[in-house]
Amino acid sequence: MKILTGNDLKSGAVTWWDGTEWSLHVEDAVDVGEHADPVIAREQAARRVTGAYAIDAARDAQGIRPAHIKERIRALGPTVRPDLTLKPADPEAGNWVI
Amino acid sequence: MYKYDQYDQAMVDARVEEFRDQVRRRLDGSLAEEAFRPLRLMNGLYLQLHAYMLRVAVPYGTLNSVQMRALGDIADKYDRGYGHFTTRQNIQYNWIKLEEAADLLADLAKVEMHAIQTSGNCIRNTTSDQFAGAAADEVIDPRPYAELIRQWSTFHPEFSFLPRKFKMAVIASSTDRAAMRLHDIGIEIVRNAAGEIGAAFYVGGGMGRTPMIAPCINAFVPIDQMITYSEACLRVYNRYGRRDNKYKARIKILVHELGKDEYTRQVEEEFAHLLTQGIEPPLAELERIQAHFADPAFETGLSDAIDRTDPDFALWVDRNTHPHKQPGYAIVSISLKPVGGIPGDASADQIRVMGDLALRYSFDELRVTHTQNIVLPHVKQADLYALWQVLQANDLAAANIDRIGDIIACPGLDYCTLANARSIPVAQKISQRMAAKEQEIGELKLKISGCINACGHHHAGHIGILGVDRKGVENYQLLLGGCEGADTSLGQITGPGFDEDGIVGAVERATDFYLAQRADGERFLDTYRRIGMAPFKEAIYG
Repeated sequence: MKILTGNDLKSGAVTWWDGTEWSLHVEDAVDVGEHADPVIAREQAARRVTGAYAIDAARDAQGIRPAHIKERIRALGPTVRPDLTLKPADPEAGNWVI
Repeated sequence: MYKYDQYDQAMVDARVEEFRDQVRRRLDGSLAEEAFRPLRLMNGLYLQLHAYMLRVAVPYGTLNSVQMRALGDIADKYDRGYGHFTTRQNIQYNWIKLEEAADLLADLAKVEMHAIQTSGNCIRNTTSDQFAGAAADEVIDPRPYAELIRQWSTFHPEFSFLPRKFKMAVIASSTDRAAMRLHDIGIEIVRNAAGEIGAAFYVGGGMGRTPMIAPCINAFVPIDQMITYSEACLRVYNRYGRRDNKYKARIKILVHELGKDEYTRQVEEEFAHLLTQGIEPPLAELERIQAHFADPAFETGLSDAIDRTDPDFALWVDRNTHPHKQPGYAIVSISLKPVGGIPGDASADQIRVMGDLALRYSFDELRVTHTQNIVLPHVKQADLYALWQVLQANDLAAANIDRIGDIIACPGLDYCTLANARSIPVAQKISQRMAAKEQEIGELKLKISGCINACGHHHAGHIGILGVDRKGVENYQLLLGGCEGADTSLGQITGPGFDEDGIVGAVERATDFYLAQRADGERFLDTYRRIGMAPFKEAIYG
């Protein structure tokens, strides 16, 4: 599946396209199929996101998993600072990245 | 240290307000990202893996306690309570909001700091010897010359759109503590047989995907022609440096392709022309700057004797202090590399503590080192124990300078969009694995980069590690034999790469082999240079 990611223009936070708006959580991402470009163009023009692009991902038992480790780190946060990730209370969260 | 005059302050203040307006226009849609991106980069603001990242310049690594405290306060106010000291003697904040960036820059300007020259194809923040002004072995304090270069290069219209970024380092000691020969221009201030001060120019060094050691193109440029000669070097590069291929755009490629002799000939020709133009700053300006770097009021008649009855303190003194030019004083290196820690990271509280210690014990001065540590340059020997106790209480007393735990590591894939692999977890694992053997191993400089751009200086590590992406999986190449000092050399790849745990084991096998093979007094690098790669390779791969 293809999902969209980018950064919030004002805060810089990593965001994921959920079909309506931009979510902080990758599990909210939707498959945009072949329709990435028009969504990116519209959303960037509206300044709701910056630096948006499409990536490969797959859905598994734990939800949506980006194909590349770089995007999984973006989705979670720095593996060396679990306190700063989106799941600070989950000591196993880093395993999802690897 | 240098204090802004009215021109410096006005320039920086104006730049903040200019950027504030640019951000406003970006947020209201007047500026598209394509137009805004180079503007934010010129103010040190990158868009990184998780958020905007701001790189703050620390000119030649020197700052005072007020500035250091401000860096800590900024970490709390605008970031997530910490900062990352870099191999360019700068500090980076990883979680900056665009809408707050101008306010942050305004806070920096209040303490005479900025983020100019930390990005873009310009002359970047000039680096220097972290022991400048304190080292017993220096010819002269190099910082006034680095400051002169800063003033000459800042917003220099001719050099604001170079083929690629341009890094300069200035030292004044034959003991190179700034990796001088791995810069686009490295300058060593020297004294000739007649006692005159001059500048030896090394041009065309660098790391990255094509590492090169800069050759000396002129061993003695009279010091009152240093800026003119620098301008000649830049002009030839600006004219002929490649702009068609970013991977071949650095000056090292130009010097390599032209050859040192032809590049030098062109520089000398340009230099002769420039001498007729009178571009060198007047001596009075250098003297004005030098006055800012006068020695502090050292006490005289002090003893170098200290009480070494506390073994942990004695170890720290042995590892983390260096001889000072003034009897009774020491240069103190504060390691930002606790066992298992993140190299170069410091919390807001730690940053403020180091600022306070500088005010109390080091004539209000600190230095950021290219090895991602902090230096207090002028500490009385008699104050060392009290200082060490405060460092201990704040997890800043790791006794490992230039040991295997004193690892340089770039932010890697945990923070950087360019990275292919994570650097920090590898550094943490090596630090933990090797801690028990650290003192036995002795001097060993280990450097890790998460991609070929080599921000972690892996080419120059006695042991270097390069993270690569192998079909979406992190893989780590091992290099041996690099060195960044007066005897600069580039590391060589040992062979096939390793996974994250495998590279830790490979480092341990390399160091175990060294311990078995070393002759009396040999460092790891010395043993490697004596016996060569082959036996190490055999020990590592079996």
